[in-house]
Amino acid sequence: MKTLWNDPDGGFHPASAPDFLPRRELELLQLGRLRSVVRRAYERVPLFRQRMEGRGLSPEAIRGLPDLGRLPFTVKNDLRDTYPFGLFASPMSEVVRLHASSGTTGKPIVVAYTDADVEVWSSVMVRSFAACGLHKGDVIQNAYGYGLFTGGLGAHYGAEALGATVIPISGGNTERQLMVLADFGVTAICCTPSYFVHLVERAKEAKIGFGKLKVGVFGAEPWSESMREYIQAETGIRAHDIYGLSEIIGPGVGIECLERRGLHVFEDHFYPEIVDPQSGEVLPEGVEGELVLTTLSKEAMPMIRYRTRDITALDPERCPCGRTLRRIRRIGRRSDDMFIIRGVNVFPSQVETALLAVEGTLPHYQIVLTREKGLDEMEVQVEVTSEVFSDEIRGLQTLQEKLARAIEHVLGLRVQVTLVAPRTLARSEGKARRVLDQRKV
Amino acid sequence: MKIRQLSLFLENRPGQLRIPCKILGEAGIDVLTMSLADTQQFGILRLVVKDWEKAKAALEAQGVVVNVTEVLAVDVPDRPGGLAQVLEGFEKANLGVEYMYPFARGPYATLLFRVEDPDRAERILAEHGVPLVPAAELLARTAR
Repeated sequence: MKTLWNDPDGGFHPASAPDFLPRRELELLQLGRLRSVVRRAYERVPLFRQRMEGRGLSPEAIRGLPDLGRLPFTVKNDLRDTYPFGLFASPMSEVVRLHASSGTTGKPIVVAYTDADVEVWSSVMVRSFAACGLHKGDVIQNAYGYGLFTGGLGAHYGAEALGATVIPISGGNTERQLMVLADFGVTAICCTPSYFVHLVERAKEAKIGFGKLKVGVFGAEPWSESMREYIQAETGIRAHDIYGLSEIIGPGVGIECLERRGLHVFEDHFYPEIVDPQSGEVLPEGVEGELVLTTLSKEAMPMIRYRTRDITALDPERCPCGRTLRRIRRIGRRSDDMFIIRGVNVFPSQVETALLAVEGTLPHYQIVLTREKGLDEMEVQVEVTSEVFSDEIRGLQTLQEKLARAIEHVLGLRVQVTLVAPRTLARSEGKARRVLDQRKV
Repeated sequence: MKIRQLSLFLENRPGQLRIPCKILGEAGIDVLTMSLADTQQFGILRLVVKDWEKAKAALEAQGVVVNVTEVLAVDVPDRPGGLAQVLEGFEKANLGVEYMYPFARGPYATLLFRVEDPDRAERILAEHGVPLVPAAELLARTAR
């Protein structure tokens, strides 16, 4: 430790110590943890055991870190197929918390935490906040949604463990967010970047300042360098990207330090690999591919080689901040058709389910994503068919409303539904381009 | 006595109205009257044509969504209070009007009404003093 962690001029919380481990020590720690998590998954998760046996592997096959590449992948569908508790490695009596996130169908994906898992989660969030330059004495407005979504509680416990003051305001209610920001001496805010841009716009309109705000910890959706520049120029704060996903733990898998050139992955708990999205072959450092994560210390729900579908590259270069943790490039795109809007994972198939429920057959449709005044907007354009076309304006408006409500029911999001003339949406050969992302991430 | 009307879905943006008009023109269909209802996002073009079946086939062949609905033609006395008198008949018959628009041909002041229940309307409107024009006569009036 360089200086006291609660020294406002610098230094880190004691929990940040692993950030600076010499690589050799870190790798030994990783190997030890990897061997025990693989054994745990093998002994307690039938799906994983079957897959290991299918390849003639046993936990003893893990002799060194490169052996990880021999293990089978885990994909999002595995969580869906074993819904709700099929991948748990702890009895429910040991599970202290459940979270859930949206899946490819109406059913969510359920994730579990033991006491120790919650502790690890809290520690990686402490390390994330510390890497952003936050300390005891900071006032953190947590505008991530509280509830089944991991963002709210994840950031909350981390901020408390840091020793900061947490304002658990949750998402929404822009007026109140701005009032609290200005009046409560808030020094840092956690929310989705698009929501913060929305706050910036509204504050400008209302001519409200940002008080003492100096740091933003933004995540749960991809965002661009130009968005960062805009946020920083408008507010004078420092904007950090945080990465995480429920399947692995929630927020706190990776964080941008003060350098903000890539996100340090908390490798002592989450082992990153980059693979070719098609072949699944492990790619060398520096080469772009799909991020695959293995939880090294998770008890309740170990994830072995989880395919995140996020496209990035591993940067092996040492960071000037002194952390030995490798960095991943900021995530700009995904390898599947899932997209994230206002922090919610959306698959086009979910929209299809809703359209089908209303119309009986699947109409041609297209999803258009835009960013207006900083807020992500989702529009679903639906071609009108003679089956649903009504001679009356009222009838069409009712159809529009029914479609919007059905989509809201599936996604939990209010979206704009636009009826368009038949054959106006582009038809492509083979895989239809269902999503038109104009957000410029 | 009911008249077949074609309803077309249009997006509310420039150039959309011309598409069906062009298709009908190329198919040699004579449009007798039309009305356009619109919202911010979309519109409904309602047409009465000479040969509705041929018109429908031509439009659908080009991918236009077409609905066939029945409307009633009513001759309205062409003097102050004429329409009020006709509407009084609707009211007595307890019939709601969804929309109406003029039939712009011939020497008469003719309106086309879309009502809640065209079959019932047809049966009872005459009893309430509303003069309905049969389809054949309406078409005859348009003969050149």
